[in-house]
Amino acid sequence: MERIVLPDIPNLNQIDVYLTNGGFESFKKALSQSPDDIIDQVKKSGLRGRGGAAFSAGLKWSFMPKTTDKPKYLCINGDESEPGSFKDRQVFEDNPFQLIEGAIITCYAIGAKVAYLYIRGEYHKWIKLMQKAIEVAYDRGFLGESMKKTFGNDFSCDLYIHKGAGAYICGEESSLMNSIEGYRGYPRVKPPFPAQKGLWGCPTTINNVETITNVPKIISNGWEWYSKIGAQKHPGTLLYGISGHVNKPGVYELPTGILLTDLIFNTASGIPNNKKVKCVIPGGSSMPPLRGDQLEGIRMDAESLKEAGSAIGIGGVMVMDEDTNLLKVLIRITHFYHHESCGQCTPCREGTGWMEKTLHRILEGNGTSKDLDLLISVAENIEGNTVCALGDAAAWPVKFMIQRFRDEFEQYVKNEVTIPVPNKVHSMRNTSAPLANLHK
Amino acid sequence: MFKFTEENIKRIEKARSKYPTALAAVMDTVYIAQEQNGFISNEVMEEIANILSIDKVNVLSVVTFYTMYHTKPMGKFHVQVCTNVSCMLRGAYEIWDQVREKLGIENMHVSQDGKFSLEEVECMGACGYAPMIAVNEDYFENLSKEKVEEILNSLN
Repeated sequence: MERIVLPDIPNLNQIDVYLTNGGFESFKKALSQSPDDIIDQVKKSGLRGRGGAAFSAGLKWSFMPKTTDKPKYLCINGDESEPGSFKDRQVFEDNPFQLIEGAIITCYAIGAKVAYLYIRGEYHKWIKLMQKAIEVAYDRGFLGESMKKTFGNDFSCDLYIHKGAGAYICGEESSLMNSIEGYRGYPRVKPPFPAQKGLWGCPTTINNVETITNVPKIISNGWEWYSKIGAQKHPGTLLYGISGHVNKPGVYELPTGILLTDLIFNTASGIPNNKKVKCVIPGGSSMPPLRGDQLEGIRMDAESLKEAGSAIGIGGVMVMDEDTNLLKVLIRITHFYHHESCGQCTPCREGTGWMEKTLHRILEGNGTSKDLDLLISVAENIEGNTVCALGDAAAWPVKFMIQRFRDEFEQYVKNEVTIPVPNKVHSMRNTSAPLANLHK
Repeated sequence: MFKFTEENIKRIEKARSKYPTALAAVMDTVYIAQEQNGFISNEVMEEIANILSIDKVNVLSVVTFYTMYHTKPMGKFHVQVCTNVSCMLRGAYEIWDQVREKLGIENMHVSQDGKFSLEEVECMGACGYAPMIAVNEDYFENLSKEKVEEILNSLN
């Protein structure tokens, strides 16, 4: 299988190697066509966003207004903060010029003059690598004003890196835009969508690093070629990031629609000591977890995983073996979302904290089976009631983990509370003690 | 009084040139200030606001929102241990305890000699190479207890 995003070519991160392997030819080809043609091809190719929502990239581009007196912008999302996601850094490291070429083709298609590449702050090493690649591209006339001379065309665009500073929420598109503008990373209410009002109120398109890196190959090899790779409704390849209890964790580029069991047992060489799989989170920690005994036949594409009761997310597969304590895993996941909630919406800011506290109570041995229902109820009250998807991301693991592994969670809780436990969640309703002694 | 060095003023101007507004350069400028001063004090925030001609409250809101900006001095070696799920599954909490004991400090504390500070961090994007720690800007991946011992001993 030919790899699209991370081809098996040594030193491809050197500009000369990239050029001898057809580098920037796709952009030349794109320039000979109209922007609408490019959008049309990407639409027909079936390329879907790799940032989690799996939305059609071409369709997203087509939302950009054709006539506007405002500047247009492209944002490339390399925030990559979802636990289980570590694929974009591989692109920065191994194939930065294809990302740059994808960025300029996208700018040409949507009519943007400036693109911002948002990279998480912790990625110092990869920011430096990417910065160097961008400087080389400027020097060689593949970015900026000198593009006009290099390609003999009137089009030019700039690409800048915006360095994040440690906030998961900035991977959310509207929060990412606020972060670039110099504000706190608070998500914005949608609509208006970025294509109408994005960066500085101007039309903006936001795509994931992996999505953009796919674009040059779609232009050079044609949309028909691309649409035949992998799953029909979700074509192309994915950078699967496999982590947790597997023998060979890492990033693997494989077609969409492969079997999840293939990925775990062949690509990642199975589970250490041949243990059984208890739980798999197929798309990064916010996606609903799957039971290890129900993995047969599940394919890794948006439609199949939806049918299986989960989602493809960013393709970060986390595998847990039979000895894993799922309660501890769930506490760790919930702690993460509590920590990363931006605090704007009450259900998320408060709900994530209550879920974490309740889970801790269960871990300490003071939980009752009512707590499990309570957790699901809190999760359901967060889900869909927040400005951005972080609320859902925090709610799904709790809701689905408890629903799907109820048998295991029942073991951690008691059916009766023998000692009155002053707990704040139940507001002490079930105890005989007075709620407040005001007579003293 | 905190003042940016000549070189850093040039870097700030370069950062400023990337954006249509001065406010957008605030994150880059805070990074540059942190590099020069070690942490972001009130004084530093004032100078950032001055140099970008923005309100100080804008600097404050950014500094207090993002976890990579420090409002108090950190150690010469800022040791960050990821304990998120993928790392946790591969023994991150053992590494966390080991580092904590070895350095003798708690989360977000600085050792008395100012050499080390410790932070439990959320996912660093090294899930496939877990467990991991980061020291200042460098990642150390695929760790064992022995390797952690070696890394901590080599910090001087």
